[in-house]
Amino acid sequence: MALQAIAFYLMALITLASGFCVVSARNPVHSVLWLILSFFSAAGLFVLLGAEFLAMLLVVVYVGAVAVLFLFVVMMLDVDFASLRQGFARYMPLGLVVAAILAAEMVLVSSTVAGRGAAKASLGPMATGGAPANVTNAEAIGRVLYTDYVYFFQAAGMVLLVAMIGAIVLTLRHKPGVRRQVVMDQVLRSPASGMRMSNPRSGEGIGSGEGIGE
Amino acid sequence: MTIGLEHYLAVAAILFTIGVFGIFVNRKNIIVILMSIELMLLAVNINLVAFSVYLGNVTGQIFAMFVLTVAAAEAAVGLAILVTFFRNRGDIAVDDASMMKG
Repeated sequence: MALQAIAFYLMALITLASGFCVVSARNPVHSVLWLILSFFSAAGLFVLLGAEFLAMLLVVVYVGAVAVLFLFVVMMLDVDFASLRQGFARYMPLGLVVAAILAAEMVLVSSTVAGRGAAKASLGPMATGGAPANVTNAEAIGRVLYTDYVYFFQAAGMVLLVAMIGAIVLTLRHKPGVRRQVVMDQVLRSPASGMRMSNPRSGEGIGSGEGIGE
Repeated sequence: MTIGLEHYLAVAAILFTIGVFGIFVNRKNIIVILMSIELMLLAVNINLVAFSVYLGNVTGQIFAMFVLTVAAAEAAVGLAILVTFFRNRGDIAVDDASMMKG
């Protein structure tokens, strides 16, 4: 039990500290790296809770896709990040006060809520829901996700499809002066337009400028 | 000492506040704003999973998966808009974003 507490406090501390570094780092590349550390520690918290499947999903989706996407964009755009930090020092004190009050209120409310209502009757961590003990976390999720929530699952797929198409449409651009493959022209090509019969005299060959298909 | 539901809720609350604080102080840097939104969504996920585990109901984890999906989609579209905006302006200052209307 003590080991679990040590692990929890360590990972919670790393999550929060790296989260603070995300918003306060001078260099956005460092911000992204802190974000990755934060996601990793949050995945550790999920493992501690017993939600292994979501922990792995967090690592794969957030660290593997989202954070790398951020890293690409930050490194691709040549932005003067120093000018974007104007007003940082000005908003810092007021922001800290507001954040401290907000955090205190939310912690107070959540610690009150944790001992009331349905949470009062909780018997302790139970990541597989009401399923039997030999069911793993991933299996418990699958049993519910593909039955009760199958339409929501499909809708999530549609959300991802729309986001994918939207991202492609937004960033695709046709540069002028680039010769592109025109499939229609290739398909419509016939022997008559692609081939020329000639009868060159021996030793002279076909003269230049009379290439095939001209 | 045992780690209870309130510990996880406290971590999530503080993480959410850090996200709000990040939006507040980095008002010009839209990349850090997007990262702060990701932090806030992560805090929401921690809340959902903690409640799911301690109430013995797996629905919260399903919800967290959907939040994860929407967060990934949001990051992709947001960064695509950012790239387009940078191409048009050569800068990503949020103050100039109103030129995108119309």
